[in-house]
Amino acid sequence: MKRFSELLLNLIYTSSRNDKITHIMNWISGSETEEIGWGLSVICQELEIPKVKSSMVKEISFTHLDKYLFELSYDYVGDMAETISLIWPEKINKAKKFNKASLPQVIKDLKNITKNEAPELITNYLNNFDQNTRWTFLKIITGGLRVGVSSRIAKIALSKSFNKDINEIEELWHAFNPPYRELLEWINGKTKKPNVQNRAIFRSPMLANPLEESDYKLINPSIYLAEWKWDGIRIQLVSSNGYVKLYSRTGDDISKSFPEISSFKFKQSFSLDGELMAGEIENPGTFNDLQQRLNRKNPSKEIINSVPTFIIAYDLLILDKIDLRSKNILERRKKLKTFLNIGKFPFIKYSEEVSYRNFDDLEKKRLKCREDFNYEGLMLKLKVSDYQTGRPKGPWYKFKRDPFNIDAVLLYAQRGHGKRSSLYSDYTFGVWKNSSSNKELVTVGKAYSGFTDKELVRLDKFIRTKTIGRFGPVREVEKSLVFEVSFDDIQKSKRHKSGLAMRFPRIKRIRWDKPACEADTLETLEKLAN
Amino acid sequence: MKIDWIKKSREGVQIKNGLFYIDPIYPVKNAVITHAHADHARPGHNQIFATKETIEIMKERYGANFCEKFTAYDYNQNFKIQDINLFFAPAGHVLGSAQIVINYNNQRVTFAGDYKRQYDPTCLPFEPIKSDIFVTEATFGLPVFKHPDANTQIEILIKSIQKFSNRCHIIGVYSLGKAQRIIKMLRNKGWMDTIYMHGSLVKICRLYEKFGIDLGRLEPATVKDKPEKPHEYYKGKLILAPPSALSDVWSRRFPNPILGMASGWMTVKQRAKQRGINLPLIISDHADWHDILKTIEEVSPKEVWVTHGSEEALIYACKKKNIKAKALSIIGYESDTDI
Repeated sequence: MKRFSELLLNLIYTSSRNDKITHIMNWISGSETEEIGWGLSVICQELEIPKVKSSMVKEISFTHLDKYLFELSYDYVGDMAETISLIWPEKINKAKKFNKASLPQVIKDLKNITKNEAPELITNYLNNFDQNTRWTFLKIITGGLRVGVSSRIAKIALSKSFNKDINEIEELWHAFNPPYRELLEWINGKTKKPNVQNRAIFRSPMLANPLEESDYKLINPSIYLAEWKWDGIRIQLVSSNGYVKLYSRTGDDISKSFPEISSFKFKQSFSLDGELMAGEIENPGTFNDLQQRLNRKNPSKEIINSVPTFIIAYDLLILDKIDLRSKNILERRKKLKTFLNIGKFPFIKYSEEVSYRNFDDLEKKRLKCREDFNYEGLMLKLKVSDYQTGRPKGPWYKFKRDPFNIDAVLLYAQRGHGKRSSLYSDYTFGVWKNSSSNKELVTVGKAYSGFTDKELVRLDKFIRTKTIGRFGPVREVEKSLVFEVSFDDIQKSKRHKSGLAMRFPRIKRIRWDKPACEADTLETLEKLAN
Repeated sequence: MKIDWIKKSREGVQIKNGLFYIDPIYPVKNAVITHAHADHARPGHNQIFATKETIEIMKERYGANFCEKFTAYDYNQNFKIQDINLFFAPAGHVLGSAQIVINYNNQRVTFAGDYKRQYDPTCLPFEPIKSDIFVTEATFGLPVFKHPDANTQIEILIKSIQKFSNRCHIIGVYSLGKAQRIIKMLRNKGWMDTIYMHGSLVKICRLYEKFGIDLGRLEPATVKDKPEKPHEYYKGKLILAPPSALSDVWSRRFPNPILGMASGWMTVKQRAKQRGINLPLIISDHADWHDILKTIEEVSPKEVWVTHGSEEALIYACKKKNIKAKALSIIGYESDTDI
């Protein structure tokens, strides 16, 4: 456990990608297979400990620590695991049984424990680890590791350590659960390559790059096909030997959240790439509608009926156990169309092509994409391209609609979490509401991103010196700073006081120069929502 | 306890209707100053009362005209401002740092200024003085802050320099106090190599030496006058610089350095990560949570006032011990931004 903690610390404080890979390789070279498997599952954030939740850890802390001081500390540090690891009283004589426990031992203990036994076990570990190991232990439970390592980097380190092809590892990765025993035994050279053909596994999707101005000249209808960019979530629908799985873009199994799709009895085996949408094929809903269905593990019948979902399919990876990914997109889509025509699935729609004459024509379509239906923009796909894992530059582009921009006034600030911990980085902003008698600022949204680290330091200082009120962790600031806020969409909403809900608001520019009285009005925003 | 001769004003804490101020933020007639850090010791006052080290550092930083008139005192030397009796007691924060102990109306009020309880070879240790009212900072006033013994951090630094002998180390330090403390602690551990410095650190180091603190071989971290390329020359060397220089173009003249920072804030991992720090060293010139509580116990005041920092937690902890406590919430001391 200590060695793994040291690895995580090294990763946090290393900025170079190559150095990170070296750190992981060093750790792999001194670890046994089982330890490698569990460790990678922590780094890739794929480990699940269903019986022990963050809330349980928090409760245990309250029995040992003062609740009020804990809350103040947590607000300051911005990370539960780190707060508890720092605040936990240090025991002088540590018990070897816990202090020297290996990573696999700790994880097995956490997985096998009953709910009643958990508090005692967790307390024993917290008492007997040193501070950094406590932090690692708590991170295993709470998740949200943030050591700046993507699962891609971890897999590269693995492939380099054992001289195996990274693509082969990627392909097999999702077929196994932590600690990936069969996968690692093959990588280690102990067994033959496992056969996963018959499983409904997730395959890493192909991702698109944003279309930059310098790419415009490449776009030509004989080279790139265009489709609408649908405003749902990217999914992969896989059927194999009677098993049906729905995966999110990152490979999370979300089948249970959408039983109307995953309970369908497909006759063929296939893997299909598409967009999950709210509503029905003939009457699609908005992203706001879809949000009511996301993150619900056991949706009720009522919600399934009131907010049904369907799929817009744009690519086909596998059909009848034949891997189509090396074929070009025109062939794949032809097969997809035929497959859907024959299957006549009531909840899958083919994503039609958008025809265009030239780039200018396409640009006109993009500018109008909010008009008849709220498309997120356009997708452009190179007609001769095969299906590649990751985000290769060139074959796929996204050409998004322009965001809305408004000028809003900073009203409140709160300390951030994770990367931005202990700095005031969560901003609530508002616009002017004019009534007959007076003018007041009403809250319309919150933004956490869009500024550089340097700007964050300046904003943090501004907030500390311009505080006019404090409500627990929230600071009310002098109403004098204007943000230019970008957002993708705005809709009427009963949940918010202003009656509006913004989609993905972020700070485009900080207008240190602009007086607050020149910020936008609620009326302007209401017009955008209509 | 009723104290009507101390008030909070825009300038800072005011004694007896403006007779004098403690660490005033704006220019005043009479200023009594705890220590020479820029947010506490500002130029432009009419008359300054401080320890002689603090006066010398202010002169060095602001030039001879930093105030109209000054009076320098030794620690524990009694003096008067009108009918108010005062003396300075060591605060252990930086060279010359002092607590201001005021006796008036049969009451004793001690302003601790910034202080620490850990060992520092460059200044006198903090002396707890029994007082009716203890005015404390709370820069690290949360139980998450438990600064390790600074010696362990110096050992980490030395080990890192030895391990990465083909790279140079640039450590971000405050130019007054932290820089000299780290140098002296390295010397006390027998690490005698030349230490290279950002230009802004040189003056204060020389001044410390004038006060009899031997810092060993120091040189400016220049590149043009060196016989080899910076990459070759600075291999295995230690450079100290103010924190702001780490992210500045200045640090880019040294290829592939290991960036460190010596600060109490380095306790919070993500805070260190965000600053791009590879080697966080938890070395602070402020008392941590446990030392603040220990100090309050030793001073055993009837009431605690908190000037700046994380006041809520400290006030709560005092009340739990049946000590009255309140926040002065003085704005202008850079307690929370001094990374």
